Amino acid sequence: MAGLIMAESAIFTIFVVAYLFYLGKSITGPTPREVLETPILYTICLLSSSLTIHFAAKSLERDYTRLFLGLWLLTIALGGLFLYGTAQEWHRLIYERGLTISTNLFGTTYYSLVGLHAFHVTAGLIMLLVVATFGFTGRMGVNQSGRVAVLSMYWHFVDAVWVVVFTVVYVLGR
Amino acid sequence: MSSNAITIPGARIEAKPWVDELHQWLTTVDHKRLGILYILSSLLFLAVGGVEALIIRIQLMHSRNNFVSPEVFNRMFTMHGTTMIFFVAMPVLFGFANYLVPLMIGARDMAFPRLNAFSFWLSFLGGLLLYFSFLGGSGLYGAGSAPDVGWWSYAPLGARAFSPGHSSDYWTLALLVSGFGSIGTAINIIATILCLRCPGMKINRMPLLVWMNLVMAGMVLLAITPLSAAQIMLLIDRYLGGHFFDTQAGGSAVLWMHFFWIFGHPEVYVLIIPCFAFMSEIIPVFSRKPIFGYPVMVAATVCIGFVSMSVWAHHMFTIGMNSYANSFFTLTTMVVGIPTGIKIFNWIGTMWGGRIQFKTPMLFSIGFLFQFLIAGLTGIMMAASPFDWQLSLSYFVVAHFHYVIVGGILFALFAAFYYWYPKMTGRMLSERLGKWHFWLFLIGFHLTFDVMHIPGVLGMPRRIYTYEPGRGWDTLNFIISIGAFIQALAILVFVANLIISYFKGARAGNDPWDAWTLEWSISSPPPVYNFATVSTVASRRPLWDLKHPEDPDSRYE
Repeated sequence: MAGLIMAESAIFTIFVVAYLFYLGKSITGPTPREVLETPILYTICLLSSSLTIHFAAKSLERDYTRLFLGLWLLTIALGGLFLYGTAQEWHRLIYERGLTISTNLFGTTYYSLVGLHAFHVTAGLIMLLVVATFGFTGRMGVNQSGRVAVLSMYWHFVDAVWVVVFTVVYVLGR
Repeated sequence: MSSNAITIPGARIEAKPWVDELHQWLTTVDHKRLGILYILSSLLFLAVGGVEALIIRIQLMHSRNNFVSPEVFNRMFTMHGTTMIFFVAMPVLFGFANYLVPLMIGARDMAFPRLNAFSFWLSFLGGLLLYFSFLGGSGLYGAGSAPDVGWWSYAPLGARAFSPGHSSDYWTLALLVSGFGSIGTAINIIATILCLRCPGMKINRMPLLVWMNLVMAGMVLLAITPLSAAQIMLLIDRYLGGHFFDTQAGGSAVLWMHFFWIFGHPEVYVLIIPCFAFMSEIIPVFSRKPIFGYPVMVAATVCIGFVSMSVWAHHMFTIGMNSYANSFFTLTTMVVGIPTGIKIFNWIGTMWGGRIQFKTPMLFSIGFLFQFLIAGLTGIMMAASPFDWQLSLSYFVVAHFHYVIVGGILFALFAAFYYWYPKMTGRMLSERLGKWHFWLFLIGFHLTFDVMHIPGVLGMPRRIYTYEPGRGWDTLNFIISIGAFIQALAILVFVANLIISYFKGARAGNDPWDAWTLEWSISSPPPVYNFATVSTVASRRPLWDLKHPEDPDSRYE
């Protein structure tokens, strides 16, 4: 997993570099300053899901399966909320502001960077859901805690990437 | 696992129906079989890429030749480059890594056998996807066409307006898919080396081959991924109307170059480091001496791994970067020469005073040493940016990197084939055919690529499909093409050797070369489970300790 994270970081680095490189290079509008709103609430959701998954993994190690399942579902809910936030933002941008991936350079880089991250959140959520199904059928125990730890490592990585994306897109980029 | 039953080495195994056999090969997760599949698939693509090279050389044999049309010529050099790098060199090196790394560290298999199989099929099917473009490149209605925008696919050539149809899409998808395969294999190699070493195999006792494959895998993770990212961007440009590399909307063609070469240059080291690894195993065995300067060798490899990540823009001196960037990349490129030089001295130091046996693997290794040195020297010449301004995009560059890839990588690979073929099949390759192969290939290689430097200096640009008579290029190009055919002949001898020796070669036994690493301690070919008992290692040369209990290496470490 550490190897995968290293490789994924390189992919994200390239997209972030492309985003930064093209900041302010768009020939036509809209610009980030005009259309972007900082998604603070959803960011808090995603970041706190890192905490819940951490404690979920810890409780599985101690064999508190019920606590684990509760925290795990909370993580999924928070991640889902974040995705909903992204979807809402995109809907607003596309239908109200008329910004699509082919509008200008900002659109191209914004949708690919945020989209790449959202794709990773989605992939993570699918894996989390698979674990949750196993949890409901009562198959999650201490012996699975190693696997859950690996999965939670991935989730932390997705969160950490969001910190970078957030900084680049919503703080520096405006 | 295809078969869990433990077969006793040496026992006769009943012949299975060929459908069963085929099914087992297709569904295998065994690292040895996957390694062989990797190697076989790359040999297949080597033949295809070789034919493309011959078509290029026939076309350039004399001025104003009409053997193929300009369009076909463009397809040929694009496909030749892409095939040779992505579907020959990488898979064959991954194949050897797959086969040898677990055996050398005394492991049962790779860390993730299923991921291993998945990665192989990704990269193999990626290759088929690339070649499907010949049929499907223009859709079903038109004649097929392969990608023809060069293996860099520089923007804006790769954009939809300049590369209509689907040929570039096949190129993009093939590289994306095989790139994911490479990432999977790299993760697998790293996890295997870090987690599955046998007792006593401390990290500073690993064979150098294992060390170098570790560095190679780390580089794959950091080098292939930028290419994947860039390919995703290109797909967004081509299908979703993005503007990453669309200069009319403010995008940048230069950014594509940067992304491509951030992949492209480390890639050269991804390919050459496993070849260093072969050298570091083969030269000591045939010099009958342990490797000279093991720790320095490791340090130099790691050093190359780091420095080579920051040299990419030396491919771009002519695009008009500022002088700071030019000086920086000139400097870093020259710095890479230092650890590489250390390695060459270490190999010579290993041979120095040794009792050298001139078997075929050693011949190829010595060829590698000389040719890689020359390739490095022309590399240093072109690292000087003013010199590069003069010769960039000329045949001098083509000669330089073929010197690296054919004179370096391919020679090292041939050495590896002759060295490990007995382990993989249980039969020795014929020495007589091997010597023919070596000398023919050596002569053909030097005829082609030594001479190729000269038209470059005389100003012949690369990627031209023909040229005017009377520029003094005709005779030189004719000689180059003759050399190419001699190389092709040598490859035929090699393939004949592989096939004939498989059926009629002398039995190899466990340890035909009297070598020192763990893979030679078990039968050839190794049983499915590799090691019947878990070996314990006390030094860098475990088999030496076993054979010479009176004077083991472990006493000196």
